Amino acid sequence: MTAILSDPGTYLPDMEIIESELLEQVLAAAAAFQPERYSGEDIRRVLNQRECSPEDFAALLSPAAAPFLEEIAQKAQQETSRHFGNSVYLFTPLYLSNYCENYCVYCGFNSRNRIQRSRLNREEMEAEMRAIAATGLEEVLLLTGESPHMADVEYIGEACRLARKYFRVIGLEVYPMDSEAYAYLHQCGADFVTVFQETYDLEQYGKLHLEGRKRVFPYRFYAQERALRGGVRGVGFAALLGLADFRRDALAAGLHAYFLQRKYPRAEISFSCPRVRPIVNHDQPQLLTVTEAQLLQVVMAYRLFMPFAGITISSRESRRFRDHVVGIAATKISAGVEVGIGGHAGKAKGDEQFEIDDGRSVGEIYEMLASRNMQPVMSEYIYLGSEQKKGVAANESFNPPGTTPKK
Amino acid sequence: MNNQQDPWTLGGHAFTSRFILGSGKYSLDLIKAAVEQAGAQMITLALRRASQGGKDNILDYVPPGVTLLPNTSGARTAAEAVRIARLARELGCGDFIKIEVIRDAKYLLPDNYETVKATEILAREGFVVMPYMYPDLNAARDLVSAGAACVMPLAAPIGSNRGICARDFIEILIREIDLPIIVDAGIGKPSQACEVMEMGAAAVMVNTAIATAGDVPVMAAAFKLAIEAGRSAYLSGLGRVLANSASASSPLTGFLREGEESGE
Repeated sequence: MTAILSDPGTYLPDMEIIESELLEQVLAAAAAFQPERYSGEDIRRVLNQRECSPEDFAALLSPAAAPFLEEIAQKAQQETSRHFGNSVYLFTPLYLSNYCENYCVYCGFNSRNRIQRSRLNREEMEAEMRAIAATGLEEVLLLTGESPHMADVEYIGEACRLARKYFRVIGLEVYPMDSEAYAYLHQCGADFVTVFQETYDLEQYGKLHLEGRKRVFPYRFYAQERALRGGVRGVGFAALLGLADFRRDALAAGLHAYFLQRKYPRAEISFSCPRVRPIVNHDQPQLLTVTEAQLLQVVMAYRLFMPFAGITISSRESRRFRDHVVGIAATKISAGVEVGIGGHAGKAKGDEQFEIDDGRSVGEIYEMLASRNMQPVMSEYIYLGSEQKKGVAANESFNPPGTTPKK
Repeated sequence: MNNQQDPWTLGGHAFTSRFILGSGKYSLDLIKAAVEQAGAQMITLALRRASQGGKDNILDYVPPGVTLLPNTSGARTAAEAVRIARLARELGCGDFIKIEVIRDAKYLLPDNYETVKATEILAREGFVVMPYMYPDLNAARDLVSAGAACVMPLAAPIGSNRGICARDFIEILIREIDLPIIVDAGIGKPSQACEVMEMGAAAVMVNTAIATAGDVPVMAAAFKLAIEAGRSAYLSGLGRVLANSASASSPLTGFLREGEESGE
């Protein structure tokens, strides 16, 4: 395990390094961002343009945009409609394990938090998947706490192969890994990888992530690129708003995606827009407040900056907020959410990562969307296999590149 | 002239409607009304949206008698397009296939090189191949050689509703390619659909302009009328268009008559 308060900018010896200037590019842009510099004139200019440049994106995140939320919403809705029509995609997260080796002071799964730890075995995974599939969902997001020892790559791969029996779309939100491991999980059926950078403020990142592999900021930053090199179709980005200056973090998350998409034009891009939430035992430090209006401003800025990107709105948010934001900018919404370990098929056997606000079932979310003239879409995807290793069937067993991090 | 007097064929199938309707981006329960109002005989279908036994299968919403045109959206290479086409055939979607190979997630521009490769493979397998392409004459000729049943150039970036940005290049394809030219993508208004039909396009494919309209079936009907009007205008032959400026008072060729008068 990493020594406490090691340099968060330094890789561990076993970590894959990508030679790139992307990180410096994003951090420099975030550092140069002066939110107070923008005026209403800048916002009006952006609203009259067809395309939105990185500079325009910065303007949309500035306080000057706050009085223009309605105008921005109108434009965001048009862009969303142009790219996605009235389709809204449904999914649910499936938490496989809540063991974690990191000490992130704001997270309910952190290694110092005394919670009920657990992980699903194969039978339990399948029971959960069967229960989720019975609700009509065709997309699942597999999550783990960040413990490569308790939930190694082989374990996650087994979950992916099982999930292929029940779902058409499999996303991953697990700890960052090397591209070879991503390629393995892609062969197992996963095609989308999301990694929250949490905050792009390196100094604050070091104060919030005190132990574990997650403390290594650049390894996390380049996770999406390693996943693309591993062959996945799409990658997701997020800043956990409220850990640091949310405007600067949202700018950095957007630019992170923007620069990576320029490098990998075929990559499908998505954003998640979480705010920090209370956690079990409530021992988190005082974090910054991001209001609903500010969150909406961020979501809409993502939409105008990258109109083709998917945007997921979390069950952390209230039903009122979620119901409206899917009509404006968000394109994907979770339903029937359980954030503990188990709980879809029976009683949860492990504690949850955070508290959710919107616990509506799949049927309830479906009805809500239909009543708002939106078309709920369970999946729009075909798994086309892996370029790396053709001909590997979903249920065929093959060896993962390494079941634990390299020593 | 009504449609019945002006049929056209594609892959050995005769059609009277020249309006190919897209099925994406709007509510499934509007598909039937849109097809009826459009008078469409062919509807596209993203195979990746056709669920295999799940809730809300789009196939259940397509009225009987309409030819399904599955597309390969989601394919980033020729090999992936071929895989999707074969899957469409296995699922009973027929032999028509619209090839879309896109390896740019931002602008969604088609990859002509990979499209030609996929066309060649699928035409050999007996598919009626309808390739979506960037309007390039050389690539279009390659598609003809590869066995395409038509050529489907984009008018503007897909979903943009920006109209006939690629007008000059589409005109070249209409003049030079001896296959039906079906203008696909970017048409934003019925008047633009009318215009490409006046130019001599064989048919028009529309999706986003209808899907994002205030009233989907009504807009489908509007496109139907515009496409028919454009086709009739093309068949009748467009009239002479007079320039706004008056004729020059001293004709440039007047000197010829001066020569005659002087007997030179």
